[in-house]
Amino acid sequence: MAITRKDIEHIAHLARLEVSDAEVPAYADKLDKIIGFIDTLEQAETAGLQPMAHPLQMSQRLREDAVTATDQRDHYQQNAAETTDGLYIVPRVVE
Amino acid sequence: MADPRHTLAEMARLLASGATSSRELTEAALARIAAADSELNSFITVTGEAALAAADRADAQRAAGKAGPLTGIPIAQKDIFCTAGVATTCASRMLENFVSPYDATVVERLNAAGLVSVGKTNMDEFAMGSSNETSYFGAVRNPWDAARSPGGSSGGSAAAVAAGLVPLATGTDTGGSVRQPAALCGITGFKPSYGRVSRYGMIAFASSLDQAGVLALTAEDAALIMQVIAGFDERDSTCSDQPVPDYTAALEQSVAGRKIGVPTEYFAGLDAACAAATHAALDVYRQLGAEIVDVRLPNLSLAVPAYYVVAPAEASSNLSRYDGIRFGYRAAAADDIESLYKNTRSAGFGEEVKRRIMTGTYVLSAGYYDAYYLKAQKIRQLISNDLAKCFEQVDVIAGPTTPTPAFRLGEKTDDPVQMYLNDIYTVSANLAGLPGISVPCGLVDGLPVGLQFIGSLFDEATVLNFAHVFQQQTDWHTLVPGGAG
Repeated sequence: MAITRKDIEHIAHLARLEVSDAEVPAYADKLDKIIGFIDTLEQAETAGLQPMAHPLQMSQRLREDAVTATDQRDHYQQNAAETTDGLYIVPRVVE
Repeated sequence: MADPRHTLAEMARLLASGATSSRELTEAALARIAAADSELNSFITVTGEAALAAADRADAQRAAGKAGPLTGIPIAQKDIFCTAGVATTCASRMLENFVSPYDATVVERLNAAGLVSVGKTNMDEFAMGSSNETSYFGAVRNPWDAARSPGGSSGGSAAAVAAGLVPLATGTDTGGSVRQPAALCGITGFKPSYGRVSRYGMIAFASSLDQAGVLALTAEDAALIMQVIAGFDERDSTCSDQPVPDYTAALEQSVAGRKIGVPTEYFAGLDAACAAATHAALDVYRQLGAEIVDVRLPNLSLAVPAYYVVAPAEASSNLSRYDGIRFGYRAAAADDIESLYKNTRSAGFGEEVKRRIMTGTYVLSAGYYDAYYLKAQKIRQLISNDLAKCFEQVDVIAGPTTPTPAFRLGEKTDDPVQMYLNDIYTVSANLAGLPGISVPCGLVDGLPVGLQFIGSLFDEATVLNFAHVFQQQTDWHTLVPGGAG
């Protein structure tokens, strides 16, 4: 199957990536190769097999519902591009 | 005093006897980095001042009789491990200015054992690559031939150890990222079982496959470090609480009478000289009384395509956190939140990372989920079952680590699938969560190649034991790039 310009634009949007018109052919070419490669899985016989999501047969560990973390907002926000009064600043979302 | 090829074990003895100090070892490591790394490019950040301060603390601890066996030995950290107060970039523009507010568990445990970190090593961006060419900070060069790749993604760690800059460096292995660069740089690379070492503070690529590992000169050194970093950590929900055995105690066990399974599928299409090196290595075990048994991995050819569905799917989810808001790079021009996300992510991620995010998004998208993602997970089970069947018959599985020795920089960058096929011998262990090691086992055209062992789940001790025994019988691990020594 061939990956179309529309496919690239759709996938890029879902992944929140901007792909310029000029970049589309290169993405389409390489993704075509990758999809062609993983398409070989289709022929494999997998009837009766359970999907394996994880190597370990483990269940989620639970712990006491106790406060263990301390407030380090100022420390953590040093890595943010823009903050004011402890808030993260983003472009207006709600009109 | 500070021979660049001293192993961790040798440095520990020199420190214990008072023949050297941590300051001396650390200064020597920093001097070697200053002399060699403008060409190798194996480090992203060198923390000289902090390293010397840590070395002085280590020497003071030793003088006070409070030193552990590894206190004061200089090492390097792959730049995927969070280090408090030190830039942690994951070799991405996205995290170029990220200073971690906390230490990864691996870092915390190594610091607590007194090891001295001299800096953060280069790698493929977000560990996505098999050649170290996807780093935002430029490719690493292979110390054996500067025109060749050191492998990836832990290529900086492998090159730094192979060039004798540090005796050991940490790595991570999602599809072979410790074992493959170790093989291509002529050193020892060890990946423990999934869940054996905490992933807390290790920047996530594919969470069901990622595992911390070690790039070292010997299996013995890998065992010494495993003793420090392995074991339960409540901050990683997938970290196992299985008791950690004494890895060094198991190193010397005899391999006589034990069984090594060699999958016949490994040799289809393998470079003839690499195959010869593998067979010669297996002969060493025959002479030691081990039995070489043919085993089958009939679905081996499905492992790489299954991996390249599962890993990008998990990556596309994990990397959604890079939105330009809480940390990391943020694009300047944006009038709304949507364009802030898109501009940030497009400029912050490199080409291969974006390709994998796109692949992962595609295989998880409506209409394709069953055909790709669910199918790949079933094949993951199939491959895991095949390996489990082998371990009913044998103690370990052995074979080549890579299909060829180190390839040239630029040789495979145009075709992602050719690059992915480098991982043919390594990805199965990640899919099944098993421990694996690569040890140097010969030279092909003057370049090192590796012998890989894969063990059953949580049986790191057997894998380390088989690797150590080989290094007691052969000198491949002592070969130095350039021929000296």
